[in-house]
Amino acid sequence: MNEILNMQDICKSYFIGEEEIKVLQNVVLTMHQGDFLSVLGPSGSGKSTLMNIIGCLDIPDSGRYLLTGHDVSNLDETELARIRNKEIGFVFQSFYLLPRLSALQNVELPLVYSGLPPSERRKRAAQMLSRVGLGDKMRNLPNQLSGGQQQRVAIARALVTNPSLLLADEPTGALDQATGQQIIHLFEELNRDGKTIIIITHDCNIAAHACRVVHILDGRLTEKELIPDAAGKH
Amino acid sequence: MLLENIKMSWMNIVKNKLRSFLTMLGIVIGVASIIALISLVQGASDNISSEVTKLGGNKILINIFGTPLKQGLSINEAENIGMLENVHGYSPTISGKTSVVYNGNVMEGISVQGKNDVYFTTDPDLLHSGRAINILDLESRSQVAVIGSNIVKDLFYAIDPLGKKITINGTSYVIIGTLKATTGFSLGSTNDTVVIPYTTAFRSLGVKTISSLDVFLDDTNLADETVMAIKGVLNQAFNYKEDAYTIFNMGDIIESFQSIMSMMSLLLAGIAAISLVVGGIGIMNMMLVAITERTTEIGLRKALGATPFTIQLQFLIESIFLSIIGGLAGILLGTLLANILAALIGVWVSVSLPTYTLAMGFSAAVGIIFGFMPARRASRLNPIDALRSL
Ligand SMILES: Nc1ncnc2c1ncn2[C@@H]1O[C@H](COP(=O)(O)OP(=O)(O)O)[C@@H](O)[C@H]1O
Ligand SMILES: [Mg+2]
Repeated sequence: MNEILNMQDICKSYFIGEEEIKVLQNVVLTMHQGDFLSVLGPSGSGKSTLMNIIGCLDIPDSGRYLLTGHDVSNLDETELARIRNKEIGFVFQSFYLLPRLSALQNVELPLVYSGLPPSERRKRAAQMLSRVGLGDKMRNLPNQLSGGQQQRVAIARALVTNPSLLLADEPTGALDQATGQQIIHLFEELNRDGKTIIIITHDCNIAAHACRVVHILDGRLTEKELIPDAAGKH
Repeated sequence: MLLENIKMSWMNIVKNKLRSFLTMLGIVIGVASIIALISLVQGASDNISSEVTKLGGNKILINIFGTPLKQGLSINEAENIGMLENVHGYSPTISGKTSVVYNGNVMEGISVQGKNDVYFTTDPDLLHSGRAINILDLESRSQVAVIGSNIVKDLFYAIDPLGKKITINGTSYVIIGTLKATTGFSLGSTNDTVVIPYTTAFRSLGVKTISSLDVFLDDTNLADETVMAIKGVLNQAFNYKEDAYTIFNMGDIIESFQSIMSMMSLLLAGIAAISLVVGGIGIMNMMLVAITERTTEIGLRKALGATPFTIQLQFLIESIFLSIIGGLAGILLGTLLANILAALIGVWVSVSLPTYTLAMGFSAAVGIIFGFMPARRASRLNPIDALRSL
């Protein structure tokens, strides 16, 4: 199977004045095509920092990061933007849809930056909206959609460039229990169709849906069995 | 992508109608005042310029004051000037003030001027009706006269003056022609003048010498050399007394007049440009506010694959858009303003294409210059910080 992600000894620190905060310490992680991984950890453990590096929004201080076999540890801003456009699909906790664009236009947005012609963009965006069950809501503005529907639009937007990796940071954090479950089921479905997915969460009930769970605590990654009472901590 | 940028810019401008309008107002006022001021100055300058040019750019004016020993220029000396290189012709003036009588009606204080044929041939617009003074009149010292429009009006009401006889200074003259009426800005009105052959004038006005001389040139580029040569003749005639005469090159006068006018329009445009700069600062301010408001949007676009260049382009297009719309509105307002002012002042105004181009160029430049810094700032936003800000 193809190796999608290979991280070796990734370190990232922030400085507050003189004091160094080691947010990620020697992170090692590999993923193959079709993997469904969740990263579980409490607030402040470094989850988002890890996601930023995986998603090429940030670069590590040290270590090696291969994304679909290409070294992306030392790229400049423009090159990183191209990689994000092509290889990564982001899903955020608070959706981040542009309020003045319709659902369809929101989904088209990544394709604008890929340089696709308008007709082709529209076709692919419409297909993807139908895929997430919103074929009849294409013209709606985000504020004319429920939270669950908005997150589906965001997922369609993340998938429309057919990226190698779908990266979701607390995708159910802003949704109620039932809607969150539906979204998780959508991710499971997508994974069954072969998508490589990472879900970042502090909720072990959500994490349990993934095939693989890694724990992060104080910037260190450990891969082990779920601890049953972690669900209570929340 | 460019089309997408333009569409987005338009949406953002329309979304904040009032704010966009207020921001554009600076540009509108700047461009409108540039257009109005330049057109007005140009209109006035064109008006005056055409009057001045009518007097002749190829003309050198000589006024003789004389010395106690020698009151004016003799005919021989005038002929010497006429034979200089680059001199096409000359027209002397012998003038006096006297009364004119027709059919018992008297007009006092009329300027009678002795002129030659060149006076008429160099200005085809001079004659209204009849014929000009010709060489035969000069040689035979004929008793003929060409009269100004006021004299026609006063002495020949509802009568054709041609062929009639008037009495000037006790001598009878036949009217052979009339002069066109001069109006408005015109310098050197001939409305109250009677023109007779200068050879005749010597005798009838009791004048012995020429008091002023217009010299016409073949090539205006050589005017300076010709002026020097004329000075040579005059210095000889008046024994090197320089205050015995004045000499004006009309070409110089027109040139300096035109340069004063164009300096004035530049100055006014400069003042108007200051208001454009103020407008530009307004645009910069609005763009900076927009970037703060849209930090999350910028972060999201970057996460979805927008490069720094793309972001910069989007915001630059937005500010150029603002300034160009403002510029177009300013052109409309400025043209309207120029025409209203022109109607009030009574000069004819045309807003020229170069003025429009200049105004448009200016406003586009303002958009680029003042949009650059905010756009660059947007392009440098760190997407992680931008996305966290919500
Ligand atoms: N830009 C930053 N500057 C300083 N400290 C930061 C910065 N970003 C994150 N941190 C710190 O790094 C740690 C991990 O943050 P984060 O990755 O956001 O954790 P999580 O997403 O798991 O809650 C936190 O202690 C946070 O304060
Ligand atoms: Mg986080």
